[in-house]
Amino acid sequence: MSYLALTDADRDAMLEAIGVESLDDLFADLPEGVRFDRALDLPPALTEQELTAYFEQLATENQRADVSFLGAGLYDHYVPAVVDAVLQRGEFLTAYTPYQPELSQGVLQAIFEYQTAICELTGMDVSNASGYDGTTVAADACYIAKYATGRSKVVITEATNPQVRQVVKTYAPGFGLEVVEVPHRDGATDPDELRAAADGAACAIFQQPNFFGVLEPAPDLAAAATEAEALAVAHVDPLSLGVLEAPGRYGCALAIGEGQAAGNHVSFGGPHYGFLAARSEFIRRMPGRIVGETTDAAGNRGYVLTLQTREQHIRREKATSNITTNQTLLALAGLVYLSWLGPQGLRDLGETCMALADYAKERLGLPLLFSGRTTFKEFAVRVGRDAREVVREALAQGIRPGYALGRDYPGMDDVLLVAFTERRTKEEIDRLAEVLAA
Amino acid sequence: MAAEHYPDDLRYHREHDWARIEGDQATFGITWFAQDALGELVHFEPPKEGAGATRDQTYAEVESVKAVSDVIAPLSGEIVEVNQALVDAPETVNADPYGDGWIVRVKLSEPGEADALLDAQAYQQYLAEQA
Amino acid sequence: MKLIFEKSRPGRRAGRIPSPGLPAPEVPADLRRAEPPRLPEIAEPDLLRHFTKLSTRNFGIDTGFYPLGSCTMKHNPRVNERLAALPGFRDIHPLEDEERVQGALRLCFELQEALAEITGLDAVSLQPAAGSQGELTGLMLMRAHFAERGEDERRRKIAIPDTAHGTNPASVTMAGYELTNIQTDPRGNIDVDDLRAKVDETTAGLMLTNPSTLGLFDENIEEIARIFHDAGALMYYDGANLNAVCGISRPGDMGFDIVHINLHKTFSQPHGGGGPGGGPIAVSERLEPFLPVPAIVRSGEGYGLDYDRPRSIGKVRGFLGPFGVFVRSYAFIRAYGPALREMSEVAVLNANYLLARLREAYELPFDRLCMHEFVLSARRLKRERGVTALDVAKRLMDYGFHPPTIYFPLIVPEALMIEPTETEALETLDAFADAMQAIAREAAEQPELLKEAPHGTPVGRLDEVKAAKRAIVRYRFEEHPDLSAEPAAASVEAPKGA
Repeated sequence: MSYLALTDADRDAMLEAIGVESLDDLFADLPEGVRFDRALDLPPALTEQELTAYFEQLATENQRADVSFLGAGLYDHYVPAVVDAVLQRGEFLTAYTPYQPELSQGVLQAIFEYQTAICELTGMDVSNASGYDGTTVAADACYIAKYATGRSKVVITEATNPQVRQVVKTYAPGFGLEVVEVPHRDGATDPDELRAAADGAACAIFQQPNFFGVLEPAPDLAAAATEAEALAVAHVDPLSLGVLEAPGRYGCALAIGEGQAAGNHVSFGGPHYGFLAARSEFIRRMPGRIVGETTDAAGNRGYVLTLQTREQHIRREKATSNITTNQTLLALAGLVYLSWLGPQGLRDLGETCMALADYAKERLGLPLLFSGRTTFKEFAVRVGRDAREVVREALAQGIRPGYALGRDYPGMDDVLLVAFTERRTKEEIDRLAEVLAA
Repeated sequence: MAAEHYPDDLRYHREHDWARIEGDQATFGITWFAQDALGELVHFEPPKEGAGATRDQTYAEVESVKAVSDVIAPLSGEIVEVNQALVDAPETVNADPYGDGWIVRVKLSEPGEADALLDAQAYQQYLAEQA
Repeated sequence: MKLIFEKSRPGRRAGRIPSPGLPAPEVPADLRRAEPPRLPEIAEPDLLRHFTKLSTRNFGIDTGFYPLGSCTMKHNPRVNERLAALPGFRDIHPLEDEERVQGALRLCFELQEALAEITGLDAVSLQPAAGSQGELTGLMLMRAHFAERGEDERRRKIAIPDTAHGTNPASVTMAGYELTNIQTDPRGNIDVDDLRAKVDETTAGLMLTNPSTLGLFDENIEEIARIFHDAGALMYYDGANLNAVCGISRPGDMGFDIVHINLHKTFSQPHGGGGPGGGPIAVSERLEPFLPVPAIVRSGEGYGLDYDRPRSIGKVRGFLGPFGVFVRSYAFIRAYGPALREMSEVAVLNANYLLARLREAYELPFDRLCMHEFVLSARRLKRERGVTALDVAKRLMDYGFHPPTIYFPLIVPEALMIEPTETEALETLDAFADAMQAIAREAAEQPELLKEAPHGTPVGRLDEVKAAKRAIVRYRFEEHPDLSAEPAAASVEAPKGA
């Protein structure tokens, strides 16, 4: 299979126009010592049909469980057909970054609408056009906080997603930042402990709902950070924001998160999109692209990339970030999805997930890891033995019962984190209860 | 925008900044060449009054759609006044770079540094060499 | 065209959530949302019309020729979309037990092997989400390498040529390094004397694209490698221009220790209006232990994930990376096999053909055969006719083409950086060259056609000054300003004197 149009006649005509004898002449500048003198050791070319057969075979070697309660950061929410339809429009799919606005009003307006949707969800004034995922936006938030406050310590709760914490710690040395973790207390974070840790910190990051599915005392955590003069940063589930208050309304400076649940297929981990929104005072420190509204000479409304002087292609070593390629297409999926849901749908969704989780707590009859804590769409239960064994046995019965937390937190080898999206039914939960009781 | 000109009563720095020296005080700004290269300014990041300015170092930032530029101090001293009007109307620098577009007033700490600056003729010569 | 928020009407909705018939949950009062977010209230038909109409106001590779230099806007094969959407790829969770996702792990492993072969290096991580992130990861690897040798305190500098893409210096800062700028010589190569003077035991490494952003292969690459390795420093290859050299020259053989690959450039992942991309890195053997965790490895008869990597720099992105991008890129590689060499040869042929056709009408700052892209200057047009590279770009839209990259690299005034890629037919190249020549003539005879371009697009040139000053970055509902009533800012769009 090849995507080349070139024929022998074409090639001969072109070589003549260039004024060389052969294709090899075009590579005359390459020093002998760096020329690759054999064929690439790759399997032979495949036709489209053969390609499809090969990849279909690979796909069948992945076993999905039809009924999955696995969450832990990526969720099996329903992705409506309109999302896929919009993403397959070639004018969106195959377009570049909209640096030439007259030819790119489609993408630019879509990003402006996405920015608006994220600001509405999070209660913030400015959103960028997306970050890579829910982990790297936490590093972005630290970078903003460092330059906004001049401080070189960041605080993050232990109840925040382990991968988010790990990515922050990987970025921190280059940023010149010290990372301090605040331990969870029975599944949630103590505001007094956060305040103490945030003394002298640039920012304090907490997750709502947290990795255990528990609802943190978010307004108190934000206040605690602010009292320590650190920026309060909430890492939020976008689909919780129909029932839970927006971070911008309870004192946060920044709101970040993983966008996948809002409109992206799980796709073995990506591509997805991270979102990052802030109060207006941080607009000039925002990493990534921002679309702004303006007019042309005739007074027509239009959209352009704006405040580009922040970005790498202009500011270079003083840029707010090195980010160039982002996750626009996946953010577009998010916009389509959120528009499909609307405010009522978002609320229904959040309430449905919570209600199913409440039902499951009753039906499973297993001891909750953090009894007495309110949760959103996920909670942790003790299964009495190695959770990974329990997972394997359940899979043999066609159910993916959840995530074994032991890998990420000490002393939790017998704990299963179980997630409930609107795709799950009462009957499926009943079945889960049977399987786990056995 | 203003026509290209470089007043004789000013002293110029190679980073395209000017100084109007009056006794032990001076007013700073950017030259016609600088504002022309940047294009219309959209943002001015002012220094704080009382902050120090050091010759050859950045004391403020101006921004157009295509660049952010460090504003370099031609002379050293203490910033006694900042042209706050530029915060809401940074384009004033383009319209009147030597008058209403002044950026800061400074109490000089090393008046002798003025000897190292260029006069209008020498600065225009320097510009011609750069082209 | 209206925003979707302006089409919203109270009470309308598209989606419905199935109701399980359970009592409503209790949300604690102090955490409960007070005011609903003002998401659009719209039914599905209007929703779909809105986005369809938006798409018609956009130009993609599917629409026409898109010769953006250093972006490699090649055809995005449609079969790849179908493959990425197979439920066995699309619906699997990365935290599944490894035995249950052997197909996905095998795909990743085979892609790693292919990238190692193409780059001439030993080990690969697919984790970075984009080229920039690959750059940052590579710099972190450098720091880890030197830290282990006790040299990190001393080696604080990264050398970068003045033709470098802006991401390189930005990545240097994010990694906590300092920049050393290296000049370019009149042939478009790195100035080796300048390099020799600036590289010493305080240098950690070099970041270089080869061919450069000028589209020229650095003739002194072997000498450059010697200088860095003699100084005990490392060499990082920015893979943005890999499309020129697949199967022809390998960065590992040029002497590079770390390479990032842009899957959304060389390997056909669609750009999606700005992303997603993929920025995997390939490294030499001695740097392998520092790669991000987990590594995808052989495990018994199959494949597994190795988290036991004590010397790893950590994690730069969630999970294994953007898997959907891997599916598409790997499919592209398997479609070509060893004929990837032909892909690069044709990319270079197409670029040289356009160069031959355009060198008279415009100025060619570096008079050499190019690789997969080349840079012209519109400086003469500006001097003689007062029209700029920007004006040329806007007029090209009237001819039905997306413009090339303009004003980059910075060392060429009024730069036009043109990369046709290998997937363009001869007639398309000729049509583009004809248009560029026509525009050069128009610049002489009717410059206002360029100055007032584009004509017929949904909007004309937009007031970027107004956009930056007003900073309207979201729809403000009740109090949304009417910008059309405001006077235009003094200059419409950017460069007055670039």
